[in-house]
Amino acid sequence: MAAKKLREVALTEAEYQTIVELLGRTPNDVELGMIGVLWSEHCSYKTSKPFLRRLPSAGSRVLQGPGENAGVVEIGEGWAVAFKIESHNHPSAIEPYEGAATGVGGILRDVAAMGARPVAILDSLRFGPLPASRHLFEGVVSGIGGYGNCVGVPTVGGEVYFEDCYADNPLVNAMCVGVVRTDQLKRARAEGDGNLLLLVGADTGRDGIHGASFASLELDDSSEQRRPAVQVGNPFLEKCLIEALQELVDHPAVVAIQDLGAAGLTSAVAEAAARGGSGALIDVDKVPRREGGMTPYEVMLSESQERMLLVVERGRQAEVMPVLEKWDLHYAVIGEVTPDGVLTVEAGGRVAARLPIEVLTEKAPVRTLRGRAPNPTRHRLDLDSIPAEPESVKGSLLRLIGHPNLASKRAVFRRYDHQVGNATVIRPGGDAAMIRVHGTRLGIAMTTDCNSRYCELDPYLGAQIAIAEAARNIVATGARPLAISDCLNFGNPDKPEIYWQLEEVISGMANACRALDLPIVSGNVSLYNDTDGRSIFPTPVIGMVGVIDDYTRRLEAGLAADGDFVLLVGASGNDLGGSRYLEIEHGLFAGRPPEVDLLGERAAQEYMLAAAGASLLHSAHDVGEGGMLVALAEACILGERGVRCPALASMGELRTDALYFGETQGRFIISAPSRSMPELQNLARRHRVEIQLLGMVGGADLEFEGDFSVTLEEMSRLYYGAFD
Amino acid sequence: MVKLKAQVVVMLKPVVNDPQGLTVRAGLHRLGFEEVEEVRVGKFIEITVTAADEAEGRRQVSEMCRKLLANHVIEDVRFQVEAVADREQAGAARTE
Amino acid sequence: MKFGVVVFPGTWSDRDCGRVVTEVLGAELEYLWHQEKDLKDCDCIILPGGFSYGDHLRCGAIARFSPVMDSVVRFAAHGGLVWGICNGFQVLCETGLLPGALIRNDVCEFRCQWTHLVVERDDILFTSTLRRGEVIKIPISHGEGNYFADAATLSRLEQNNQVVFRYAQPDGHVVPAANPNGSIHNIAGIVNREGNVLGMMPHPERCAEPELGGTDGLRLFKSVLEAFAELVV
Repeated sequence: MAAKKLREVALTEAEYQTIVELLGRTPNDVELGMIGVLWSEHCSYKTSKPFLRRLPSAGSRVLQGPGENAGVVEIGEGWAVAFKIESHNHPSAIEPYEGAATGVGGILRDVAAMGARPVAILDSLRFGPLPASRHLFEGVVSGIGGYGNCVGVPTVGGEVYFEDCYADNPLVNAMCVGVVRTDQLKRARAEGDGNLLLLVGADTGRDGIHGASFASLELDDSSEQRRPAVQVGNPFLEKCLIEALQELVDHPAVVAIQDLGAAGLTSAVAEAAARGGSGALIDVDKVPRREGGMTPYEVMLSESQERMLLVVERGRQAEVMPVLEKWDLHYAVIGEVTPDGVLTVEAGGRVAARLPIEVLTEKAPVRTLRGRAPNPTRHRLDLDSIPAEPESVKGSLLRLIGHPNLASKRAVFRRYDHQVGNATVIRPGGDAAMIRVHGTRLGIAMTTDCNSRYCELDPYLGAQIAIAEAARNIVATGARPLAISDCLNFGNPDKPEIYWQLEEVISGMANACRALDLPIVSGNVSLYNDTDGRSIFPTPVIGMVGVIDDYTRRLEAGLAADGDFVLLVGASGNDLGGSRYLEIEHGLFAGRPPEVDLLGERAAQEYMLAAAGASLLHSAHDVGEGGMLVALAEACILGERGVRCPALASMGELRTDALYFGETQGRFIISAPSRSMPELQNLARRHRVEIQLLGMVGGADLEFEGDFSVTLEEMSRLYYGAFD
Repeated sequence: MVKLKAQVVVMLKPVVNDPQGLTVRAGLHRLGFEEVEEVRVGKFIEITVTAADEAEGRRQVSEMCRKLLANHVIEDVRFQVEAVADREQAGAARTE
Repeated sequence: MKFGVVVFPGTWSDRDCGRVVTEVLGAELEYLWHQEKDLKDCDCIILPGGFSYGDHLRCGAIARFSPVMDSVVRFAAHGGLVWGICNGFQVLCETGLLPGALIRNDVCEFRCQWTHLVVERDDILFTSTLRRGEVIKIPISHGEGNYFADAATLSRLEQNNQVVFRYAQPDGHVVPAANPNGSIHNIAGIVNREGNVLGMMPHPERCAEPELGGTDGLRLFKSVLEAFAELVV
């Protein structure tokens, strides 16, 4: 086999030999291209698969774990949440607007394919520092808004971070959350011999077919040029597609729904057939085209957006078509389900490809590499060399809350419609967002979280913290965390240090998931996030959902009433390693991230849920980056209320800088009326959680008496003005 | 019958504020093109039609402009029409 | 009374408006598909927010030619109540039921945020329970809500007292700083001369319940319901 040809489909010589053995013959070019793309890292997860098996995915609420278009968990009253997070990093680096837009489009279809109505979008974004990365930042934010606003699904949350390591390799991870009646849940299983495969939505063009020039030698250079490097999303078509699917979900003739994403028809049909234990026959001549002269190879591998595959009972297609026609959607019957376990592709009446489904899916190779821990002395921190007393606590606070990484992202989320659907009961800007389920009092809390600096310093701890922090975001709203969708962004795993990061992150995640009883029900892996040999920080973004039985009892981060007591939940330590304080005030990126005491973390979270469930609290806010003082300042700014605190007595070994800005895990800032205090203390004893009275809500300043005082106005100006 | 290609340009009326144009102008100034005085951003629409003759084609396109392509409250519209022999030629013209 | 909510392909505030009508207001509701001409005896037609036909070419430009709009134009000509919200306002301007046009926000960005509106008219059905000069809080969500009209049209609008809402500060002052999109004269909503066709960019259906941050929007729906009840009596 010509090495060049193999390189173009990204297969190794050894993999080629395996293919020949599995087939008992040499594959033709179309077949080789189809296998090549499905055996790619992107589709097969060949490098990460051995690790992913270690992640817990089962739970009493789990209706659908990994392996489907999206994961699904039950939330009660006959409702379930379908959700998934996915990366669109590389397309966004090439063309930020369309890359981000089509990322949103893809994840919406994944959720819609489960029979769910998408009700929220969250985006976890990472760029190089501003102003150098302004172009990517602007493009991505506009693209997310451009797609989400048009399609009518609110964008309610996410993250935006700026670090050098993302300068050439931005991360765009989009999460979609949908709701579905448990009895209307769809699964993408191509079942029932003779049932029809209906391709619905956009016509197929030469989108996203890369590195495949070999496969169709009949192609000349000009046709190569006709392949667009950038895909353009069509949110209007997507909106019509989603509405049509919603009308069809409980139609008995619709057997299954599958999104067309990476590797287009090949992947969609192979996966649906694999799940159904069946095969499929596709006639590429039946596929509606956007342009002429496309080869079978191009049709099978096109990644044109806004397309869905429906499996419809044979003979009942006429029942489905009126709905598709009502929404002006193009459709065509392109093939049928077969019992033979083989994907047969016909073109012009001849067989163009004939591959066993299992060769395309479960027989995909698995790679095991060797990891190597980096030098343990790098990023060493000597805390004793740093004065324990900040020069000015107030000055540090103002610089922290005005830093783009900690400041309000209002300049971003006001460009997203976050209210459409009349369900957003906690809007963006706090800990987690919350969407209510119409017709019930159920509230779904949702968040994305990852501190990749922690993960770079210690991937095992960093991964645990990402999960613990996401759970705290959910808990701070009064909702119980239910499940996770993860988006694992890493550099090139062929480097032993990166492979080691992957191993460590997965171990840390698995551990935290077990301790906090959180299954991972869907996810995505994005490797090779390298530019010129430089890798991004390991960035395992945790998308999490939780549920509250009665959303009218939800909590928000802002202080809610003058006269309330303000308390710090959880003990504090000298946890300055990897902190924002060290970065912004001392220019240091060093140390070990805070330890996570998972039992303590769980206790603090259970305490919070008990206190919220008993309606003892008026507000709750997770303590994260920037530590206690930044969290307290945010509670003031978001609630538009001041706090007066007595001077904080330094306690034993605790340094002053750590007291204010340390990032010890498992902590919350809460506010409560005085009548709640006895019960809050009882609960704290019962849950073995430390609580500390900080002060009282009131006035227009954040004040530590005798120490410093800062006005709400000054804090708000910096907090909201970081992107002006 | 004759196949025609119409090139339609839709511009905001001079009296209408054009924030896109202002933004582009500011961007050009930042790039050192200080001589730029004014920028207006509009739309360019290509339409291929078949008509009895060129005059008829012009009449059709004019009607399209009036009914749909421009909003005469805020936009001005102008167009030109040229004959094209067949589809290939239309495609070739486009890539130039 | 019965509200009708028009659904174009790409409309997304249809169900939000519908739920406010049925679940919060407790009135009757029909959804009116854009391909149908029958207004099903509705008493007030709402053209809701969204991106009808993807807002391709211009916001509302293609929706204007739907069959349902023929009926809506006739309905309005006979004094029927027509209420365009956000994209619906854009459709009404494109149709010519209201003067002027809505162009790109002067900030060149989509804006989803709360705005304060000073009420300029309380003698039309849509605002019958509001008071002239009072300030209400209603969110906007649009990229092209910058109201424009030429000088002659604008002076006619002002002379005829057709401006119903202006973007204002919480204290009611109409100043440039309170204007989120560059609308001329801070115009957020206008009515036709007869008073039966209202267009507004802010979304009253998004603030009809305290859980969503306010209830000022519900007061507009109630105004229509109550004023209509009196008319019928």
